Amino acid sequence: MNWYEFLLRNRSEVFERSIEHIWLVGASMAISLCIGLPLGVALVRRSKLQRWVIGAANVVQTIPSLALFGFLIPVPWIGGVGASTAIVALSLYALLPILQNTVTGIAQVDPAVTESARGMGMTPRQVLWQVQLPLAAPVLLAGVRVATVLCIGVTTIAAAIGAGGLGVFIFRGVAMVNNQVILAGAIPAACLAIAADLGLGFFQRSIARR
Amino acid sequence: MSSLSDGLQDGYALEFRATTYRLPSGAPLISGLNLYVARGETLVLLGRSGSGKTTTLKLINRLLEPTEGEILVAGRPIESWDPIQLRRGIGYVIQDAGLFPHWTVERNVGLVPRLEGWPEERIQARVREMLSLVGLPPEEFVKRRPSGLSGGQKQRVGVARALAADPPILLMDEPFAALDPITRADLQKEFRALALRLRKSIVFVTHDVREALFLATRIALLDQGRLVGVYAPAEFLKASEPEIHAFAASLESGGGHEGVQ
Repeated sequence: MNWYEFLLRNRSEVFERSIEHIWLVGASMAISLCIGLPLGVALVRRSKLQRWVIGAANVVQTIPSLALFGFLIPVPWIGGVGASTAIVALSLYALLPILQNTVTGIAQVDPAVTESARGMGMTPRQVLWQVQLPLAAPVLLAGVRVATVLCIGVTTIAAAIGAGGLGVFIFRGVAMVNNQVILAGAIPAACLAIAADLGLGFFQRSIARR
Repeated sequence: MSSLSDGLQDGYALEFRATTYRLPSGAPLISGLNLYVARGETLVLLGRSGSGKTTTLKLINRLLEPTEGEILVAGRPIESWDPIQLRRGIGYVIQDAGLFPHWTVERNVGLVPRLEGWPEERIQARVREMLSLVGLPPEEFVKRRPSGLSGGQKQRVGVARALAADPPILLMDEPFAALDPITRADLQKEFRALALRLRKSIVFVTHDVREALFLATRIALLDQGRLVGVYAPAEFLKASEPEIHAFAASLESGGGHEGVQ
């Protein structure tokens, strides 16, 4: 039996695990964006704090994902076994590219443009929403794209703490020493990553062309 | 806005009284500036790089706040104006035009009227009027993006945008400095005609003596953050200050400042 026969025979579980996977990635990305975007905007003009916060996000990124999942299990409120712990860890992973690209995206906007916006009498909020964010959008989206692809990969490991997702097949396959089962998890995960990358890349280019 | 226009019925448009601006480090960029801008005149701030010209402009639209001294706008202390309302009553044109690259020419020019909540059809009409005023056929330019414009066209759009809400005061920070000599000469000529016609109170920053002599009602010479003196264009080159001799020499040698004779 090769991997796609296994995949076909178990298609309902593969489908279920894919949905779980997408849900884990989606929830983590949503949380990461909700924190990363405003934080990035707030950090643009605070270079000292910016180094610290981005430094911290960088440190999180260096922690092996399996270790991070493990560390979070005993933490009260957010910890425990299951999806919520995984979502916290995944959000932390996605934070760096989002934060970094929000800061760079806004910083690379031509200062002549923001200054004339202020000089013409736009309020700080109008400058942010009508000038800085639209002009930062392509760079910002590049960050979202990197974070999403990264997240889809790391989510496979979240199965180790009982969060579900396509990693379930991979861990089961490893335990069974069965490559077919590993591939039944790995290939759909890779397809998700490629689809997300292409989709967001297309969106990014259409925004840049505007 | 209307109050800024009302305030300009008599008296000076702008007045600096012993104004000093220091960096947080304490180094002064402008020291003890005493200067006024009369209604409807074009005051040119002339000086080398680092003489404090741009700082002076930014003090007028409150992009910077003075450390010491006073600034009066339309006879009222500048702090008594709401910064946002003040800026909408002061047109601002900078060297690279500062157009929003993600907006069409139409949206760029209509910026301040839209911020001020004008009805849409009035904005449309005003944008077209302004584009014609600066010599750009509206139907050809409204839908274009700044990236598709030449340097001279961008500056024209910049001027149109600054004039759109009919501000009584106009600040221009080396608007023509980055243009080629022929385009620059064209724009200087047109701008002079426009200034004479519109009767705005204009503060024009340049390092180009020829441009200063050509456009100014009066020339204020700045050197290292201090006002050397204020001169009528006809008297400028005859004045005895050593700083002026440097500028006069640059004029005789051609000095790289190709302007209008």
